Amino acid sequence: MNRRPVFLLTVLAFGFAFFYVPILSMIIYSFNRSRLATVWGGFSLDWYGKLFHNRQIIDAALLSLEIALVSATLATILGTMAGIALARFRHFRGRTLFSGFITAPLIMPEVITGISMLMLFILMANWIGWPEKRGFMTVTIAHITFSMTYVATIVQARLSSTDHSVEEAAMDLGAKPWQVLRDVTLPIIAPAIGSGWLLALTISLDDVVISSFTTGPGSTTLPILIWSKVKLGVTPDINALASLIILIVTVAVIAAGVIMARADRKREADIQRAIKDNG
Amino acid sequence: MMEERARQAEDGAGFIRIENVSKSFGSFKAVDEVSLSISKGELFALLGGSGCGKTTLLRMLAGFETPDAGRIFIDGQDMAGVAPYDRPVNMMFQSYALFPHMTVEGNIGYGLKYEAMSDAERKDRVREMLELVQLTPLAGRKPHQISGGQRQRVALARALARQPKLLLLDEPLGALDKKLREHTQFELMNIQYKTGVTFVVVTHDQEEAMTLANRIAVMDKGVVRQIGSPTEIYENPKSRFVADFIGSINRFAAAIVYVKDGIAVLDCAELGQPLQARAEDGFEPGMRVTAAVRPEKITISRERPEAGNVLSAVVHDLGYFGKDSLYRLQLPTGKMISASVVNTRRAGENERIAQWDDAVFLAFDPASVILLRD
Ligand SMILES: Nc1ncnc2c1ncn2[C@@H]1O[C@H](COP(=O)(O)OP(=O)(O)OP(=O)(O)O)[C@@H](O)[C@H]1O
Ligand SMILES: [Mg+2]
Repeated sequence: MNRRPVFLLTVLAFGFAFFYVPILSMIIYSFNRSRLATVWGGFSLDWYGKLFHNRQIIDAALLSLEIALVSATLATILGTMAGIALARFRHFRGRTLFSGFITAPLIMPEVITGISMLMLFILMANWIGWPEKRGFMTVTIAHITFSMTYVATIVQARLSSTDHSVEEAAMDLGAKPWQVLRDVTLPIIAPAIGSGWLLALTISLDDVVISSFTTGPGSTTLPILIWSKVKLGVTPDINALASLIILIVTVAVIAAGVIMARADRKREADIQRAIKDNG
Repeated sequence: MMEERARQAEDGAGFIRIENVSKSFGSFKAVDEVSLSISKGELFALLGGSGCGKTTLLRMLAGFETPDAGRIFIDGQDMAGVAPYDRPVNMMFQSYALFPHMTVEGNIGYGLKYEAMSDAERKDRVREMLELVQLTPLAGRKPHQISGGQRQRVALARALARQPKLLLLDEPLGALDKKLREHTQFELMNIQYKTGVTFVVVTHDQEEAMTLANRIAVMDKGVVRQIGSPTEIYENPKSRFVADFIGSINRFAAAIVYVKDGIAVLDCAELGQPLQARAEDGFEPGMRVTAAVRPEKITISRERPEAGNVLSAVVHDLGYFGKDSLYRLQLPTGKMISASVVNTRRAGENERIAQWDDAVFLAFDPASVILLRD
């Protein structure tokens, strides 16, 4: 009787350990005074200080962030439109083809996507003279094409599972199609759009493969930089950088949670007040 | 209230006209050559089994489906090519379709958002509607924070807020439990009377249709089988389908032997004896017909009674339902007949008119027999 929970707990503990011990050790070693990543040389904040004076890393981080914000936002707009088209317009010419095109990048190996993007940019540069050089613009475009498919899939799934009659009801009540979209459809799928944006952001932020293919000299994103540095050995400054990223992510997740909980409480309070006021 | 409604109905005959409307999905005919005329202020019911095309007909009135053939007029205006948002029609959806992100108040007020009216008027109308459906205390709640019956009322108020010429209700009480349903039926009738709006209610529940509506169209496989008042439909069904669909009924295959003084005498093998029935014009000797009698028109007695039709039978089974009891009786020919008896007296189990295996007499009037052409 008692054996199974113990067994399950052990498995669970190992699972967590497998996931979190490396992260924990990385954070600990980011405070290591020693230059060697694997030898403990006492506590120090040096690496963090150096990080903030390393222009190369700061530039790469800013570039990554910029690409991620721009590409996630545009991908969300395009992906949302595609998702709505797929979920709501059941019959239009070329729907199957469109649907295939939307989902193809999801299953295509990243290397292939990267190479084909690179080819496209080179050919375009030869024929129409644009893009003159690869960098921010080309990486952003590549990220948009890639991540909009995720957004489209999420939005389509959400919309397919919501009752279409809610939108019909709005139209029945006098709203024109675009007003229905604004008043009803978009608010209902807002959470899906939000998570689509977050997903697009993270995909862009940690992409190495496609970025490497489509970027050019002078435009190194953070993941590419880390990747190239690690090839020369794991150094404490990379540990410090990664620890900072973890810190930012943790704070963001907690903040989002707190904000949502607060909104929930506020809504509950509103309802309570409404009941008191009227009854 | 009933007379008032009838008077209103006379003033606006043909307020809604559906003329030979058909709609197919692929090769499947969902609505087939339907013609209906509904008067202003009427509470009209579309009654039929699942999949018979009720919702499709309603959606064509609302403008969500385009008829393949035929025309629809509302208050004299041809609806062809008129978008749903431009029609003087509002619909209460089968699933209510409330906006989940808006409050009760927001839901009810949504239809006024694109109407030309001042903010004050809008506020007044919403308040009025909230009062009409008694939801004022819940104005600030979201749909997921109220009960099913309350949601139903929000949907009704939302559809009424624009003061449509025609309100379409798709199974408005379908999601409610039996008790609440009965209560809401009267509330719905009351609201219809107060507002004077023409209601078209879709339902598959014949009792609901009979309680609510002043006229009913019985549909089957996309075709309207009969239109009439609840009494007409129940007492004078014109086809076997309608007779069977509305309530329960005993049917016998028979042939008319002769007709005298408006009473037809029928030869009926299943009864093992002749049957008398009141015959309208058009029933001639020699015709093969179906004779039908509703269970509550048959009386059960121990002594042989005086009546147009008397049969002897044996109690095969009986069921007690509180206000009435249903008897299943077997004739000497083996044919089974249902008869229901209203329990007018308070009586114990041993004091019933008849028990299992008792021999009894069944009697019914010739006027109670419905003759249906085969
Ligand atoms: N969009 C559609 N595409 C294909 N077939 C449809 C469509 N809408 C309805 N049908 C078919 O048309 C028939 C009538 O449907 P409808 O929804 O009008 O039935 P109903 O009378 O409202 O039934 P219920 O009581 O179950 O709601 C059904 O057989 C249904 O399968
Ligand atoms: Mg239906």
